[in-house]
Amino acid sequence: MPDRKTYKIAHVRKWCKDCGICVAVCPRKVFEIDRNDRQAIVNPQDCIGCQMCVEHCPDFALNVTEDKSDA
Amino acid sequence: MKMSNLRSERLPNIWCPGCGNGIVLRSLLESVEQLGLDTDKIVVVSGIGCSSRAPAYTNFDNVHTLHGRAIPVATGIKLANPDLTVIVLTGDGDSSAIGGNHLIHAARRDVDITVIVFNNFNYGMTGGQASPLTPVASVTTTTPGGNTDRPFDLVNLTAGAGATYVARTGIYFTKHMLDHLKKAIAHRGFSLVDVIAQCPTYFGRFNRKGDAGQMIVSQKDWLVLKSVADKKSPQELAGKIVIGEFVNIPPPGPAVVPEGQV
Repeated sequence: MPDRKTYKIAHVRKWCKDCGICVAVCPRKVFEIDRNDRQAIVNPQDCIGCQMCVEHCPDFALNVTEDKSDA
Repeated sequence: MKMSNLRSERLPNIWCPGCGNGIVLRSLLESVEQLGLDTDKIVVVSGIGCSSRAPAYTNFDNVHTLHGRAIPVATGIKLANPDLTVIVLTGDGDSSAIGGNHLIHAARRDVDITVIVFNNFNYGMTGGQASPLTPVASVTTTTPGGNTDRPFDLVNLTAGAGATYVARTGIYFTKHMLDHLKKAIAHRGFSLVDVIAQCPTYFGRFNRKGDAGQMIVSQKDWLVLKSVADKKSPQELAGKIVIGEFVNIPPPGPAVVPEGQV
């Protein structure tokens, strides 16, 4: 899909507390709490850039920006 | 988004995983940035409690003062230097129990400060005791069989005491929260925003409200917008909390004192 915008998800591992709020608020199931109870970005290609995770992250650990590079 | 007023060298913050305080802090930083205020002219005052740790993560001048005494300190700062924008970050216990009297009298005097209450329904820092805002039948450390006391309605309390801007919002509704924080900070006169936050570690765990994610998303079910609530009957609103702007009175100007009395 060439017309669809893609987004880069920056995650600061050091600040993240794996609380799972991003998993709960994401409308596209981009995040997951994995088997080791750690937050993981599993479907970054599904991100629609709605910023729900960024605004609801209590630890300032997420940042979503539009990917301008032609992949 | 760039957070120029965040002291990122102090992160990760001390709050528990899933604590709502960080979301309110983000909203506050964003509202200050969007209002374009001079960051050297902002003072953030806080008392004691989880929420009162928030100023430590901002680049503004801040005072961390006694339990419940944030509002008197803020009043003094505003009197000494009226050019400053003074914001009080406080918790539900800090503002309504220990500092309850200061809160209503600051509202009565219409001091030009903004009070942001991080309302998580219990005293989180000391182990989840009941606060004056704990809802009826909620389990806390001090009310193991369910709370039997009715909670304060902080909005009606401060509105009755004479506050000129009162709003309530929830952390799930970040746009709503940002909007009302901006209005409250820009407002001239006493303004209070009651932000419904969450404490998954104590309040959520004792009351079986699920994990942090479930708690935050459930706000969609039990917080009702004022415009929607106005059309509903009290029975339909049982157990729900109304959010929105409740009081917004433009500044009346300085109080008129009869001649010869000062």
